[in-house]
Order: sequence, then structure tokens, then C-alpha cells
Amino acid sequence: MTRPVDASANKDAAKGSRELDELIHHRLRLGMVSALAANEQLSFSELKSLLRTTDGNLSVHARKLEDASYVTVTKTFEGRRPLTTYRLAPAGRRALQRYLSHMESIIQVTRDTLER
Amino acid sequence: MSTSTLHTRALDDLRFIRRTMESASAFTGVSGWGQIAIGIIALVTAFASHTVQPGPTWLGEWLAAAALAVVIGVASSIWKGQRAREPFIFAPLRKFVLGFAPPISVGVVLTFYFARLGLFSLLPACWLLLYGAGVMTGGMFSVRSVPVMGICFMVLGCVAVLAPVSWSAALLAAGFGVLPIVFGALIAWRYGG
Repeated sequence: MTRPVDASANKDAAKGSRELDELIHHRLRLGMVSALAANEQLSFSELKSLLRTTDGNLSVHARKLEDASYVTVTKTFEGRRPLTTYRLAPAGRRALQRYLSHMESIIQVTRDTLER
Repeated sequence: MSTSTLHTRALDDLRFIRRTMESASAFTGVSGWGQIAIGIIALVTAFASHTVQPGPTWLGEWLAAAALAVVIGVASSIWKGQRAREPFIFAPLRKFVLGFAPPISVGVVLTFYFARLGLFSLLPACWLLLYGAGVMTGGMFSVRSVPVMGICFMVLGCVAVLAPVSWSAALLAAGFGVLPIVFGALIAWRYGG
């Protein structure tokens, strides 16, 4: 049986929500950062197939992460074909760690509330 | 946003992060260096057995090489995961094994069946076709190089079906020796070892 949550818990949770990094809170950008955290580097097409998205969508969100210095982009050629590869930058890795801490703290707040 | 909504979203996000990292790990699950080592073992075996007619001795040599290749394949994947500090290596490895195991199990059964009937000359085509099918199905969630390697094995298997028996050693060397070396080098170069 779940008990009603108290006002202070809601306040803590709301504070946690406000502190969330909106840049990687977006599902596709969170997916890109997570995938790059598990790999040294991934190409544009690998990310596209992994996250099941379109070229346009991935380009837009990759640009946002690049502008925030969360990822680094390398553009080369494989034969005659352009090859774009992404790596997670130190700022992006720290942002993911902060985001994970936020998620854990939100879960902890709920757990504490239920135990009261 | 209420605590319970945030809690649900937080749990959902953590699951999503874990799932994405597990899927992404598939891109690095197969060790290129391991494949190169397996290819070298196969080339040595093909060279050592090319003068021997397909029979019990010939089969024993190839089974010993296969056993060694399995040990190297598994150990190199684990080594690659540990070296890359990759905690999610076991999920993609499990997916690979689940796809790889059925055709390979059929291959094991057919090997003993054909050997019992004395039909050793059928084994090269059988091995190339079923190993190719296993690599292709197991590698569906891996980098593109892995299922493409599976297709190449199957093409060689088809050639083995049509070719004279005297081509067996060359086809086995091309399949189990050259293909893993070429694709292993590609994986090692592009996907971190």
C-alpha cells in the first residue's frame, strides 16, 4: 500500500527536477550520451541505427550536444564517403554522472517518504 | 511534478540508460584480436592437414583447432570488455551466444552423424554454411562487419557444395583462416581491439 507523500518530499523532488540538466534530459540526447559512455567512439550511422531515429533528428540533437561541448565530432572520409564520428567529451561524461546522481536522489527521496 | 511521477520517470530514465549502454556495447563485444588469433590457428590447421584425406585424423585435427578457437573467442571477448572497463559486456555476449548456438549445435550433431557414416567430405561445406549462419544470426546486434563475415562464410559454403573435394583444404583455409583475420583486423582497428 502506498502512503500519500508529504509536502516536504514533494518540495525536495521539485528542487531535484529543477536542477536536472535539460540538455540530456531529452530522451534522444540522453540515449546518445549513454551510448557514447559505453563506447570510445560511434559513427553517425551506428548511433542512428542504435537509437532508431532519422538523419535529421539525430543531426539536430547531436549539434545541441556539440554546442554544449558534451560531445566531440570528427569528420573524415572512408574512401569517398564522409564519415562522422562522435566521442563523449569530459563535460558530457560529468553531465551524465550528475544526471545519474539526480535520478538516484529522486528515487531515494521517494524511498525515504515511503519509509516514514 | 509530484514525487511519484518523478520517481517513475527517474526509474524509467535509469532503465533507458542501462538498456542503451547494453545495446551500444554490442558494437564492441566481439574481439578483433581474438578473431585474428582464431584465423591463424585455422590457417595452421589447414596447412597441417592439407595432405591428409578427410577422415578420422583430419577430423581430430579440426576439432582440436575448433576447441582452441572457442576458448580464444570467449577469453578475448572478456579480455576486451575488461580492458575497456565495459561493465555491460555480458548482455551483448549473451545475445551473440543465443543467436550463434542453434546453428553451431546443428553443426556438432551433423559432424558426428556424417563422421559415423564415413561422409567426411561433406563436412567442410556443412561447417562453412552452419558457422556462417551462426555468425550471421549471432551478429545481428553487433557491428555490420560481423553479419557480413557470416554471409562470406555462407558463400564459401555454397562454393564447397559445388566444388571438387580436393578444394576442401583451400576453402577451409579461406573461410576459417582468411575471413576472421580480415574481419578481425577491421574490428580491432575500428572498434577498439
